[in-house]
Amino acid sequence: MSAKTADRIALSVIIAVAGIIMLVLAALLGYLLYRGLSHVSWHFLTSVPQPFRKGGGIGPQLFNSLFLLVLTMIITIPLGIGAGIYMSEYAKPNRLTNFIRLVVEVLSSFPSIVVGLFGLLVFVNLFHLKYSLAAGALALTVFNLPLMVRVTEQALRSVPQSQKEAGLALGLSRWKTIRSIMLPMAFPAIMTGTILAAGRVFGEAAALLFTAGMTTPRLDFTDWNPFHSTSPLNPFRPAETLAVHIWKINAEGRAPDAPEIAAGASAVLIIIVLLFNFGARALGRAIYRKFTATK
Amino acid sequence: MSEMAMYTKDLSVYYGEKQAIKKVSMDFAAREVIALIGPSGCGKSTFLRSLNRMNDVIAGARVEGEIWINGRNINAPDTDVVRLRQNIGMVWQKPNPFHKSIYENIAFGPRYHGIRDKRKLDEIVESCLRKTALWDEVKDRLKGSALALSGGQQQRLCIARSLTVQPSILLMDEPASALDPVSTAKIEELIAELKKEYCIVIVTHNMYQAARVSDKTGFFLMGDLVEYDDTQKIFTNPSQRSTDDYISGRFG
Repeated sequence: MSAKTADRIALSVIIAVAGIIMLVLAALLGYLLYRGLSHVSWHFLTSVPQPFRKGGGIGPQLFNSLFLLVLTMIITIPLGIGAGIYMSEYAKPNRLTNFIRLVVEVLSSFPSIVVGLFGLLVFVNLFHLKYSLAAGALALTVFNLPLMVRVTEQALRSVPQSQKEAGLALGLSRWKTIRSIMLPMAFPAIMTGTILAAGRVFGEAAALLFTAGMTTPRLDFTDWNPFHSTSPLNPFRPAETLAVHIWKINAEGRAPDAPEIAAGASAVLIIIVLLFNFGARALGRAIYRKFTATK
Repeated sequence: MSEMAMYTKDLSVYYGEKQAIKKVSMDFAAREVIALIGPSGCGKSTFLRSLNRMNDVIAGARVEGEIWINGRNINAPDTDVVRLRQNIGMVWQKPNPFHKSIYENIAFGPRYHGIRDKRKLDEIVESCLRKTALWDEVKDRLKGSALALSGGQQQRLCIARSLTVQPSILLMDEPASALDPVSTAKIEELIAELKKEYCIVIVTHNMYQAARVSDKTGFFLMGDLVEYDDTQKIFTNPSQRSTDDYISGRFG
């Protein structure tokens, strides 16, 4: 077989594989949106669920998912980026560092239901957080930290050594070099990692069943004082997220339109994850451009 | 004897077990260009990088011996490396401008070191870019990305950047070897110009370049400083056999 033929075969196989992936994705998205979108309306997005009657919505669940996302990222981002900077720039290459790296790898492949059980034992019971957004956010932090650490470490490592040396040679301190030269260059990769982490938070159900809980108290959306028990912003109240809600109504929904609600909620979930992806990417590009003065 | 900018005494560098530089003692006069030549792997770049403690950032590198600048041994453990590096500018083989605007590349160092006044920063940017003959080429696009410049312009920008912290010594690691002949000629002119103010230590693979730009030349071989003398003498009448072999192209 000539090199040219081999080349052509390899190319067509690769194109075919890429095509299959595209097709699967398109089919999946199309099917979910086709089934779900007809049920999505403003009423559906804002009203409370009805356990036994038709016409329930997903308002509180949608809010819970978004709020939990914010809480989790507030904890995850500083910890993850800080640890990533340490691992990439300050940790000496020795056994301890390698061990930490191994632990991070292992942690990132933990089944999420196990993380949920850990959250139940430690955050819910030991720390007396009960079923709450706070417990859920902490469990999801355990779940997401490895990803953030690894992404930050790799992003900083991929900054050319010459950039770092240029900073140091100018008499910048190490921290200043990391902060002002290296982090801006690593920013797009860190942003991508953050989006991935956020997407996982949004879609996660198993780790939340025993931490954030499967119920939502009656919320008063006019009360924004986080210390009131009926306030949506209270981080110590139980909160069923959208993903958990989908699981619940599919498993034990009693409302006559439960399948439609599940389909509609799935469509909403997917659309938000997509929006989040595109939005964060655009934001990341804009910030990177501002940092680096590139067009 | 002219004013001394820096000298080393028994400077050795180890990478793990391997000794890359073997007890090199060398002196560098102010307002002179000193070329370091030798075959690949002879240790000349390693030697250069130890002069501003840049080997500190390489895991497993260890430096012994003394480097004296302004009456201080900068290799002493209590040296403030960050302060030291403000006294020494460095330029690398591959241009490595920051991924920032042209203006920001120059203003970044001085601003960090405490100059906040916009007018003062503007002045520094203009004077550093003029010194490197870049001002006329870039003055209309100071806010544009430094990465949009050509390789030769980027390298002159890097030289300009190294001048911003007002060093007395410039270290150049093959500053023209990644550039085309025209850009190379510009860099060499620049070196001749900068010599009036700075002590310049330049590592080069190009022996014609060493002969053209330098006052003194040191020949390195396997981590040893084999010969160090006036450039004129090194290239016409070297006292060591291996120097003669190298400059006449019999090896390396």
